[in-house]
Amino acid sequence: MVRFDQIRRRLSIAAGIAVLLAGILLAASLCFAAPTEPSPLPSIFDPRSTPTKSIYQLSHFVLSVTGLIFAVVFGLLAYAVVKFRRRPGDDGREPAQVYGSTQIELAWTVIPVLIVVVLFLATARVVHSIQDAPKPDTAVEVVAVGHQFWWEFRYPKLGVVTANELHIPVSEAAHPTPTFMTLLSADTDHSFWVPQLAGKTDLIPNRVNHMWMDPYQTGIFLGQCAQYCGTQHAKMLLRVYVDSSEDFATWVHAQQQPAVLDANVTAGRRVFETTACINCHAIAGTVANGRFGPDLTHLMSRQTIASDAALNTKANLRLWIQKPDAIKPGSLMPAMQLSDADLDALVDYLETLR
Amino acid sequence: MSSDAMAIPTARTEPRPWVEVVHEWVTTVDHKRLGILYIVYALLFLVIGGIEAAIIRIQLIRPHNDFVSPQVFNRMFTMHGTTMIFFVAMPVLFGFANYLVPLMIGARDMAFPRLNAFSFWLTALGGLLLYFSFVGGNGLYGAGNAPDVGWWAYAPLAAKAFSPGPSSDYWTIALLVSGFGSIGTAINLIATILCLRCPGMTLNRMPLLAWLNLVMSGMVLIAITPLSAAQIMLLVDRYLGGHFFDTQAGGSATIWMHFFWIFGHPEVYILIIPCFAFMSEIIPVFSRKPIFGYPVMVGATVCIAFVSLSVWAHHMFTIGMNSYANSFFVITTMCVGIPTGIKIFNWLGTMWGGSISFKTPMLFSIAFLFQFLIAGLTGIMLSSAPFDWQLSLSYFVVAHFHYVIVGGILFALFGAFYYWYPKITGRMLNESLGKLHFWLFLLGFHLTFDVMHIPGILGMPRRIYTYEPRPGWETLNLIVTIGALIQGIAILVFVFNLIYSYFKGPIAGNDPWDAWTLEWSVSSPPPSYNFAEIPVVGSRRPLWDLKHPEDPDSRYE
Repeated sequence: MVRFDQIRRRLSIAAGIAVLLAGILLAASLCFAAPTEPSPLPSIFDPRSTPTKSIYQLSHFVLSVTGLIFAVVFGLLAYAVVKFRRRPGDDGREPAQVYGSTQIELAWTVIPVLIVVVLFLATARVVHSIQDAPKPDTAVEVVAVGHQFWWEFRYPKLGVVTANELHIPVSEAAHPTPTFMTLLSADTDHSFWVPQLAGKTDLIPNRVNHMWMDPYQTGIFLGQCAQYCGTQHAKMLLRVYVDSSEDFATWVHAQQQPAVLDANVTAGRRVFETTACINCHAIAGTVANGRFGPDLTHLMSRQTIASDAALNTKANLRLWIQKPDAIKPGSLMPAMQLSDADLDALVDYLETLR
Repeated sequence: MSSDAMAIPTARTEPRPWVEVVHEWVTTVDHKRLGILYIVYALLFLVIGGIEAAIIRIQLIRPHNDFVSPQVFNRMFTMHGTTMIFFVAMPVLFGFANYLVPLMIGARDMAFPRLNAFSFWLTALGGLLLYFSFVGGNGLYGAGNAPDVGWWAYAPLAAKAFSPGPSSDYWTIALLVSGFGSIGTAINLIATILCLRCPGMTLNRMPLLAWLNLVMSGMVLIAITPLSAAQIMLLVDRYLGGHFFDTQAGGSATIWMHFFWIFGHPEVYILIIPCFAFMSEIIPVFSRKPIFGYPVMVGATVCIAFVSLSVWAHHMFTIGMNSYANSFFVITTMCVGIPTGIKIFNWLGTMWGGSISFKTPMLFSIAFLFQFLIAGLTGIMLSSAPFDWQLSLSYFVVAHFHYVIVGGILFALFGAFYYWYPKITGRMLNESLGKLHFWLFLLGFHLTFDVMHIPGILGMPRRIYTYEPRPGWETLNLIVTIGALIQGIAILVFVFNLIYSYFKGPIAGNDPWDAWTLEWSVSSPPPSYNFAEIPVVGSRRPLWDLKHPEDPDSRYE
């Protein structure tokens, strides 16, 4: 006859296992959703470029091997716990005292060695294919400079400077135009991470790093700084716009133009050029040539401000100049202490910088 | 050996003034008292570090939460990490080592009792210095300012230019001071284990706990020194105009990373090896079998120690090392899995064919095996450099190392508490409360740390005080926080049990678990100087020999 507490124990074990399996299934279903539509979710299992795709394939292999190891070892553990548990009817005698077994121990040494060799070879192949990939002549070159707490993007061959929103062309198999990036830092360590397009590479002061990506699909991909860089590390967000080659050419052409000079907003321009704004910000074609903050020549071509901390609307822009801490407390943008009239004029001026 | 006639009365019965009692504890050089001081000190910081974790989790319960400011959040995760590693895990493990090693090798005290006390008080001072930063961090300005540079204090964030106040100095000096304490204890443990073993206890007969603490102490000597060196260099940078890590003057940010992680990775093993030691004592006793493959267990531990000194740069796969350097650290890291796997198999081998009883220490041990297995497997994923480029610095890696530190180290420690509490206090911990603690903590742990892997996979970086409402991130972070709160309740149950059972627990007697190592041959708590007569042993399980004269282990050696 099975006693009540035994049933209860079995039920609780079964329930525990069920919860665990459900959790693993949930995790697996979230992780392995097949790549289909562009999503606002920067999942590493939704790759859109060659490097992330090869990482994705490698991860499948690694997950299968580790999953198999888990199944075997967990199976043995569960079996041992159930099979060799002390039962109420036991006579209390000590079980056979076994001190070890050379054959068995040798087996469970050799098998892991073989697994390690296989995993290493698979890994080394992918490391080599990503890190040592040759740069084609058609590659787009971008220099990314990490700042507390925003991204500066410079296209040295195209004469374009922008911030926080990186535009790159889609790379088609017939005509590959991968983007090769040089990563620098102006202050502390940062890390460039756009999960669907590229794994992390750090931006480290006094050091030059390189990475590349070749998105095979157009769209907007989200990323953010992954290396703790100070107070506002959390809001050092990042967007990559993968454009068709025509759109990219149009964008580059627009960015190459000097700033729009609109006679209607001279008052705002005066405010900009006579206050501390010009110490940090640059606007091509004017006296403003600071490099501490983002280049504002084509500010209105960007959808976000403050490194994606807020949408680029008139109200947000005004708030950002007046009280940056309301959007991003601890950012290095100072509150400008302008009169309402000056502030309105300034925002009107900035709104013309298309 | 003689085990009877050991019930020596331990304490005078007449009440004494509290000043005298405090004076006794402050000036003590007794290894058991110092062990208890270490453990109580660590438990205090466990609660403080736990409160910091709770603040972190409440802040992250929903996107754009404003429970704390970014500045406070950054201080919280810095203090949480530093506290848990340096002022909880290290002292509690040193405490157990201090208490148990002399008892288990038949010694009357540690080799250098005064150094022992000095080391403890250095560690204690380190913790106080770190927390004094809350009130003294900004010195003359009055307002407190704890360090906020992360527990790695990466250069140049910790340089004067980016951390102008003295808060980073509190961090630096606290670690420097407690590091010297750790080195003192390590030297002491090595000397004790090598020189003070009782007659008959050859290295080959030493309990695995002593062996593993010997290996751990050796690693402390090797690993803490580069950390101390780096801290001194950082102080030189900050106060004497040095440029070691000053990138604006040609210094190197990556040199700091190398110094930190050549400490930081072995540190993980410094913490986990004593937990392997607990498992290697608890699992055999509750399976009623000797440890399976003793020589291989020792060999695997030494192997882990050596290999773990060559894997540090797997924390730095994202810093742009070339493909050959990356591949080197991939292979060395994966190799650690081999001896670690052997250990798991040997514990399974110990349970196999045994008669397993599910007392609380064993429940925690089985959970340890299960969780350490998963932690090892996610470790293999992270060792695959390209996969690491995606996973590192994300919540996946946070989940991974909490699986090691909470799922592994803390579960093993709880097992050790339930197992040795009767020896230390003379009373058993309440078994029902123990089971409640176990199941609650297990539930909370899995809710938190199983789920925490997923936001990392979905692109959520670590150390962010707030996040955008992206699909999945919200729900997952909510579940993680709920799990953390359940863990908090479980810890309260545990602390209550510790206090309640101290007064009301059943009397333990010398040997409540029917165990086999020397500490169970003396009274609970053990008398001053442990052994009235130094024991003589003839095998790895002296008490087994005593209880089974018809079939002693010594026959098989």
